[in-house]
Amino acid sequence: MFHYIKSIVKREIKGYFNSPVAYVFIVIFLILCGFFTFNVSNFYEARIADLRAFFVWHPWLFLFLIPSIAMRLWAEERRSGTIEILLTLPVTTGQAVIAKFIAAWIFVGIALALTFPLVITVFYLGNPDVGAIITGYLGSFFLAGAYLSIGSFTSALTRNQVIAFILAVVFCLFLVLAGWPPVTSALSKFASAGFINFVAALSFMPHFESMQRGVIDSRDIIYYLSVIAFMLFANTAVLNSRKSG
Amino acid sequence: MIEVKNLTKKFGSLTAVNNLSFIVNRGEVLGFLGPNGAGKSTTMRMITCFLTPTSGTASVNGFDVLNNPVDVRKQFGYLPENAPVYPDMTVESFLKFIGEMRGFSGTELKKRVDDTIEKCFLKNVKHQTIDTLSKGYKQRVCFAQAILHDPPVLILDEPTDGLDPNQKHEVRQLIKKMGEEKCVILSTHILEEVDSVCSRAIIIAKGQIVADGTPAKLRAMSKLHGAVTLSIHRVAKDSVIPFLASLPDVYHAERIGEKNNANVYRVFPKENKNIAHHIASAVREKKWEVEEFNIEEGRLDEVFRNVTTK
Ligand SMILES: Nc1ncnc2c1ncn2[C@@H]1O[C@H](COP(=O)(O)OP(=O)(O)OP(=O)(O)O)[C@@H](O)[C@H]1O
Ligand SMILES: [Mg+2]
Repeated sequence: MFHYIKSIVKREIKGYFNSPVAYVFIVIFLILCGFFTFNVSNFYEARIADLRAFFVWHPWLFLFLIPSIAMRLWAEERRSGTIEILLTLPVTTGQAVIAKFIAAWIFVGIALALTFPLVITVFYLGNPDVGAIITGYLGSFFLAGAYLSIGSFTSALTRNQVIAFILAVVFCLFLVLAGWPPVTSALSKFASAGFINFVAALSFMPHFESMQRGVIDSRDIIYYLSVIAFMLFANTAVLNSRKSG
Repeated sequence: MIEVKNLTKKFGSLTAVNNLSFIVNRGEVLGFLGPNGAGKSTTMRMITCFLTPTSGTASVNGFDVLNNPVDVRKQFGYLPENAPVYPDMTVESFLKFIGEMRGFSGTELKKRVDDTIEKCFLKNVKHQTIDTLSKGYKQRVCFAQAILHDPPVLILDEPTDGLDPNQKHEVRQLIKKMGEEKCVILSTHILEEVDSVCSRAIIIAKGQIVADGTPAKLRAMSKLHGAVTLSIHRVAKDSVIPFLASLPDVYHAERIGEKNNANVYRVFPKENKNIAHHIASAVREKKWEVEEFNIEEGRLDEVFRNVTTK
């Protein structure tokens, strides 16, 4: 079973680097990271040896960049018909969903790892808190995973990549803003307080922020993993329901 | 062995496959015929567990598509309609991926991939990106993918679609040879393919079986089956036609044209009667000069039209 997942992961990652998607994504990601960190947050002028100015932008950068990677996952497979090859190989739909997700996550991990010059810079500027940098990257990576799982799910809903992209952006944006007062007050007009608290608790931001402060709480990790597991489960259910469509 | 039992698939209000049942045994090559939209691809997609039946079921080598989809998938190689293949991979790396998914590794994997590339005439494109291949080559790559692991069951949706005449011939030979010890289902719109590779054919229309049998048996359903076509020189047709029509067991005789200055006649028998010997001896007695004398086997295209346009 694991060797099937491994083979699909390998194929997918090769697929990223065989097409311009990988390079365009990585270059744009790095440019935007640099732009926001240096030009908007004024990283140098602040002269503080930590990476907060870098991480704080990730929920917003990822909001557009991650759905652009995730939108292909299933929509492209359906549009080109290759899903008929993939899902008639001896794998279950769930295994294929997990494998494609892992490959995309590894790919985003690679892009994230390529921001290492920033880490070198903060060490050059002073004595940074190594723990905070590690948890910052970890938080960022988990946040990307959660976005990806949402994008993978919306990608399974349609064979149109543009629709998949927009749905993923809206879905992720909602979860980013879920705890934000304007959103909760808008919801309070028609939802019960319990529901609003529930939605607010689903928000990414508190979990993301606590990890940026250098705190690693197993509840945050469990939160991200549950979002991912739930979305991949829904993703599998959508693909399976199409079989009987 | 493939066993299809009361298989039904509905898309909304449309019944694409309607209560289909048949069995294909090892050593059989079953041709799956039918007009566009008859439900051929849908049936194959249910056998390959890509679609779930609305009702009924199918099994492959004893594994049920509803209960054991993963085991079912280990039994067959499948060439889907329109030969979808990952466009960004090279031929070789695609076949390697498929080989890995079929459980091969190391030297065995390499050998399988190389053999299949050889068998499907893909040697000169093996490093080419699939995206840049012509339609026929893509078809061959997808065919290669289906036979790579030498599966006991082959399910091929229009395997020769888009191939040039030479490749059609090669692929048919390959299928025929593999069909000796495998169980093969192939769909096609080319009726001559039925003769050259299939040991049996099923014609479906609107999701239901309308004919099932060996190519010869299907041909026998033709109106033409058993008719005698002959051409006679230098005799007025007005005397020939009534004479032929009066022979025993003859149902009808007509002139169908002219060839090399001879009139060509066709004589139809009464149901299931053999009239050739009556005609041959009667004509010999008359000392008419006969140039051609043919017993019609019947034509598949006519049978196909008859059973699918009702
Ligand atoms: N996913 C689907 N949703 C709705 N209708 C479908 C779907 N797939 C197939 N159909 C319909 O089911 C019917 C049978 O289609 P199918 O593809 O099985 O035909 P076919 O016999 O393979 O035809 P062809 O010779 O053109 O390949 C058609 O009317 C088709 O429009
Ligand atoms: Mg078809």
